[in-house]
Amino acid sequence: MNAVLETFLTDEIGPLPFCPGCGHDRLIKALDQALVKLQPDPKKVVIVTDIGCIGLADRYFTTHAFHGLHGRSITYACGLKLARPELTVIVLKGDGGCGIGGAHLLNVARRNIGITLIVANNFNYGMTGGQHSVTTPTDGLTATTPQGNIEGAMDLCATTIAAGAPWAYRGTGFDRDLADRIADAIRQPGFAMLDIWDMCTAYYLPRNQLKKKDLSGMMERLGLPAGLLADKQRPEYGEQYRKIHAQAKQAVRRRPGISAKYGHALNQQTGIVIAGSAGQKIRSAAALFAQAGMFANLEATQKDDYPITVMTGHSITEIILSPERIDYTAIDSPGYFVVVSEDGLQKSKALIKALASGATLYAEESLDLPETDARVVRLPIVATAKKINRLSIGIVALGAMLADSGLFPMDAFKESISTLQKKVIAEVNLQALDAGARILQSECD
Amino acid sequence: MALEFLEGNEAIARGAMKANCNFFAGYPITPSSSILQHMLDLLPRDGGIAVQAEDEIASIGFCIGAAMAGSKVLTATSGPGISLYSENIGLAIIGETPMVIVNVQRQGPATGSATKGAEGDIQFTRWCTSGGLPVIVLSPATVGEAYELTFHAFNLSERYRVPVFLLTNKEIGLTRESVDLDAIELPSPVERKRVAMGEEYLPHDFDYPSAVPAFADFGGEHITRFTTSTHDKAAFLATSPPLIQEMIDHYTAKVDAAADELALVKQHLEDGAETLIVSYGITSRSAAVAAREARAIGVKVSTLCLQTLYPVPRTALISAMNGISKIIVPEMNMGQYILEVERLAPAGIEIIGVNKMDTTLISPDEILEQGGLR
Ligand SMILES: Cc1ncc(C[n+]2csc(CCOP(=O)(O)OP(=O)(O)O)c2C)c(N)n1
Ligand code: SF4
Ligand SMILES: [Mg+2]
Repeated sequence: MNAVLETFLTDEIGPLPFCPGCGHDRLIKALDQALVKLQPDPKKVVIVTDIGCIGLADRYFTTHAFHGLHGRSITYACGLKLARPELTVIVLKGDGGCGIGGAHLLNVARRNIGITLIVANNFNYGMTGGQHSVTTPTDGLTATTPQGNIEGAMDLCATTIAAGAPWAYRGTGFDRDLADRIADAIRQPGFAMLDIWDMCTAYYLPRNQLKKKDLSGMMERLGLPAGLLADKQRPEYGEQYRKIHAQAKQAVRRRPGISAKYGHALNQQTGIVIAGSAGQKIRSAAALFAQAGMFANLEATQKDDYPITVMTGHSITEIILSPERIDYTAIDSPGYFVVVSEDGLQKSKALIKALASGATLYAEESLDLPETDARVVRLPIVATAKKINRLSIGIVALGAMLADSGLFPMDAFKESISTLQKKVIAEVNLQALDAGARILQSECD
Repeated sequence: MALEFLEGNEAIARGAMKANCNFFAGYPITPSSSILQHMLDLLPRDGGIAVQAEDEIASIGFCIGAAMAGSKVLTATSGPGISLYSENIGLAIIGETPMVIVNVQRQGPATGSATKGAEGDIQFTRWCTSGGLPVIVLSPATVGEAYELTFHAFNLSERYRVPVFLLTNKEIGLTRESVDLDAIELPSPVERKRVAMGEEYLPHDFDYPSAVPAFADFGGEHITRFTTSTHDKAAFLATSPPLIQEMIDHYTAKVDAAADELALVKQHLEDGAETLIVSYGITSRSAAVAAREARAIGVKVSTLCLQTLYPVPRTALISAMNGISKIIVPEMNMGQYILEVERLAPAGIEIIGVNKMDTTLISPDEILEQGGLR
């Protein structure tokens, strides 16, 4: 057994730095007493603070000490706790920190990450000269509310409880049982917060002609209750995280690799554009096509363009295939253009008009095409796909395009589909591919 | 050989896993969101933690906390998120926190063209926080390099205890390419030097300015401290000017002294070439095509592609400028890295920026024409 520790404070760097009578001093001593009661291994405790007078305190503890940015202490504490769940992580924060870091306050409560938050609430920014904070009472006089505060005071406990805090307590630095209540908070497996009212003797107290011990009276005047305000445990975030992931733990799914085993007929980098609509599986059909190119010993790239509202409008994919390394990944002049829907056509009209005479345009037969120098091949893509599956438009179109262009063997496309897709989907797509490949044949028949 | 068809963002996630990353926190933003998605897919299966935080400030805050507890951390965002990271990046510098930060650049300023590529954050990354102290910035040109440089970024962040940026672009992050990651040769993952058991511990100890202090994990066997405030080697508040300067010199020297070691470049220097193209990121690929086309018409051109942007690979740049009379610097911004080139170029060299910020790639033709090579 280790010796019992009589304090967790050190005087190595001198006494606590606060102004005479500052409430923070009392609070830090209460935290020390709470730790003495709990006797944790100091190596397993981290005191996290941020900027403000209260933030000067972490380094006076014999535990680990983490002093971060104004209002952000909760975020570091969450990182520490998630990375090392065995740690006791205690955040000391000012009311100022609760304002600037309000989002973190709500979210740590909502997530229920098992840290302890002690707010040293002195109704103003001590460190910067007594400006008003989110907890300054209405009418309160501060450096920045010389006519009296016209803002409302935030009820830190009610706010965090509403956000989901399972455990919350409000008290004052003068409460005789403060160390016990802090110890209670530290014992909680989930998030626990204490809103501890104390006095800034340099600014808030003199400006508002308060008595040092009038904190309980202030609570009453503001209608804010004291004591234990929430005590309702629910699963702690980190514990829950590890539990659900341990259950779901599976080896990382590695996609099947692609080996270049077919030949191809390309002698230069070639751009292929496929223009359709959301819901036509353009992107995935194009990816299968590009990977078919890889099976045929070609390098490939793919870029997709679609509106942020993904389920509507155009879906345009650019594929580049090349027998050599692809450096420049834009398509200035496509060799092949496939357009299967009105959305795709509208979005790419200018590109289609600009197609070079050596290019081929494969178009759904029902579309009203602009003038172009490209060779135009009109195809019953939609009607053909309809007979198989409405999601197979992309594969049908690319099957027809491949059969006509002969860029690489049809077997490479089949292999891409059967290797990279789930069996049921692959079966449908192989049918679609076959139907697409035969469109032109049947036209000639 | 097993090829895959991967986007740059997935390659980054895979590179991070290869480097033994075990903590990720991020906030969704195009075009970096899929890094969050891939890390959520990969990390928890591997016993790690990947979380979506409430905002970018929390993302980097979680990461700094986890890193100081001993984790290897990654976060990823785009320009607007880097703006929110800014203050905490300074914290990671002053606290000597190893961490990797990905910026998948998109067209700015502000929300800009959220889904389009750009390279507008070059100087922003170098000077992204108050104080102006150095950070390490790597920039990949391909999906394969995104994987490789993410891995290196982790190693560098561990070795130098400094935030390392991977500065990429929507044009790499969201473009899929055929790539064989297993064929990319990588060194072993580096672990930060940790203080030995029983040894006296100071969180920022160094014998000479560029020495990198040993690390003790929060929650480990040594009591440790971390602070955002000016501090001494023990991480206690420091107010004495000589002591403050000593620490500043240390943060500066540890990165600057390693500049040559950190300099990752790819160069193709031609004997007798009078023109040099200096490039980085996706634009390096247009530069490569432009140089090939120039050579094909008999114009000798050297190329220098920078994978390390900061610290500036001075030695490589200066030696590539040898015998050169014209330098072309193509950039998807209005002229940022060209400032570094101008700083180093001897007087009399003509320096031409090829600049564009219309969200499209700079083409080889634009480099050839604006660079006067054709
Ligand atoms: C981002 C940022 N904004 C402003 C400041 C300046 N600042 C330092 S402490 C502080 C307020 C601290 O008040 P509080 O959290 O209530 O702590 P107290 O001093 O009252 O204990 C402010 C605004 C800062 N350090 N960082
Ligand atoms: S300024 Fe106020 S809060 Fe700060 S130490 Fe003095 S009394 Fe305490
Ligand atoms: Mg305060």
